[in-house]
Amino acid sequence: MNPFIEIITQPDNIAIVIMVFMVTFFMVWAFQQAFQNDRLLAAGLPVDGENDRFVDTFKPLVRIELIIAIVVMVGLTIWSIAVDAPLEEIANPTITPNPAKAPWYFLGLQELLVYFDPWLAGVVLPSLIVVGLLAIPYIDINPKGNGYYTFSERKYAVIIFSFGFFVLWLLLIVIGVFFRGPGWLWYWPWQEWDHSRVVFEPTRDLTALIGIDSRSLPGFIIGALVVGSYMVGGMIAPYRYWKKNNPELLTQLGMVRYVTIVFLFITMMAIPIKMVLRLVFLIKYVWITPWFSV
Amino acid sequence: MKSLNDITGSVKKNLIWKSIFRRDYRNTVRDRAQAVFGNVFLHLHPVQVRESAVKLRFTWGMGGITFFAFIILVITGVVLMFYYHPSIDQAYTDIKDLEFQVPFGVILRNLHRWGAHFMVIVVMIHMFRVFMTGSYKAPRQFNWGIGVILLVMTFLLSFTGYLTPWDQLGFWAITVGTNMGAATPLLGYQGPFSEYLHITPYNDVRFALLGGAQVGGNALLRSYIWHCVAIPLFATILMFVHFWRVRKDGGISKPQK
Ligand code: HEM
Repeated sequence: MNPFIEIITQPDNIAIVIMVFMVTFFMVWAFQQAFQNDRLLAAGLPVDGENDRFVDTFKPLVRIELIIAIVVMVGLTIWSIAVDAPLEEIANPTITPNPAKAPWYFLGLQELLVYFDPWLAGVVLPSLIVVGLLAIPYIDINPKGNGYYTFSERKYAVIIFSFGFFVLWLLLIVIGVFFRGPGWLWYWPWQEWDHSRVVFEPTRDLTALIGIDSRSLPGFIIGALVVGSYMVGGMIAPYRYWKKNNPELLTQLGMVRYVTIVFLFITMMAIPIKMVLRLVFLIKYVWITPWFSV
Repeated sequence: MKSLNDITGSVKKNLIWKSIFRRDYRNTVRDRAQAVFGNVFLHLHPVQVRESAVKLRFTWGMGGITFFAFIILVITGVVLMFYYHPSIDQAYTDIKDLEFQVPFGVILRNLHRWGAHFMVIVVMIHMFRVFMTGSYKAPRQFNWGIGVILLVMTFLLSFTGYLTPWDQLGFWAITVGTNMGAATPLLGYQGPFSEYLHITPYNDVRFALLGGAQVGGNALLRSYIWHCVAIPLFATILMFVHFWRVRKDGGISKPQK
């Protein structure tokens, strides 16, 4: 069978195919409503739902809930009749499958292991995702766009969240499920998995580019400077920019909120940056310390 | 011949019927309200809602669908528990029995498995909807937070369930997953700075998760208890707080400009 068909029809992967379709559908629906409301806003008209009346719960709402419940139940039943949940061989600590994959919704994090050490990819970044999500309502002080779909009134919030949600979370999951084979190597869907394939990718550390051993003292100092200036520069740059262009925003935000937002943002952006460094420039570490490496 | 009306009429006069439904339903405003707040399940709803709560295009019904998926999982999960022992000698064969011996065992297991995948998908879409409508803004900040914890609970529910069949898939997924615990800064034996706290493979986070240094019988028992008792209990409580707050925060959000 065509390897691509084989991969997407594996029983557990059908869920991911369903997810891709559902997520795409709701993404389009959300943005379509956002743009529609944006047109209304531009014309000074009330947005969808603004002039809602009240209706009884019993009948309209209870009825639609019942219908949805039946549709979901029927759908899941068909799915369960059509596809059987696999049961693999009994657990055997001596036979390691290759690749050994985490559950699918954590594959984005497993993918990060290519670019970061486990303490970052598996512990610190996931914790920061949760912290970041919890922080959203408190750091987004834009009062607009409360209770309706809109893009124009909260461009940055929507772009940043969508980037995190669709690219860094969902796209990495899809890559982990469909494009990663033995040795966590990249396989196109039409390629056969080859368990003896070894890819020798000579990676190096950032300071090696200028001929300095990353494990030497100068290497350590340069690495610290690079990481430090990314963090410090990342902290200062938006401040300078807003100070000049939107000083009001800075006063509204205040110190704590500003630091939280910018810290979360530059940490998030460190992920694609490190991915490019690794994939394009074959750089493994930027900074090596005796305790950890980044 | 009695007509249908006569029959329903006499049924409704029956003592048992009356004791259950307390009063007749006449499709008046009063009775429609009564139907909602007189019923322990329906009274999660307000008596009246804004139209957008009824129009699918605003909420997509996603929170409700997530809750419904959870209910399906609780029901199928409880039935599965009748056929399952959380021990490494029996777990795997119990699942095999489910496949080959138990009537409708395959469908039962499939429903639980696909239902779990489904719940993870829809809870993420629900979060996306809440973000896109800006419904986390005042006064709903706290409920967004409850939601985030529920999202984590959903992942953990699915994750702890992975190990229970005791097959290669679950075993290695849990091995890969819990190895991350070993990398925790300070508290995992491979994590940065842990040597200063004298952390070893026998006293770190991973050991606490697994009840051992390897995925074994203790890990199976632990994940089973987390999966079937502790997390569902905690998640249920949080869901009711979540629903309560949806109402106390003024119902489904509406445009505030
Ligand atoms: C087990 C998981 C969850 C369940 C069962 C659940 C259920 C619900 C339900 C039934 C509603 C009513 C409106 C609707 O259906 O959209 C709702 C609203 C809401 N949910 Fe969730 N939810 C869950 C997870 C989450 C998550 C992950 C978030 C966000 C991170 C979240 C944030 C909210 C907020 C802020 C509202 C109010 C929305 C509004 O007023 O428009 N919930 N939830």
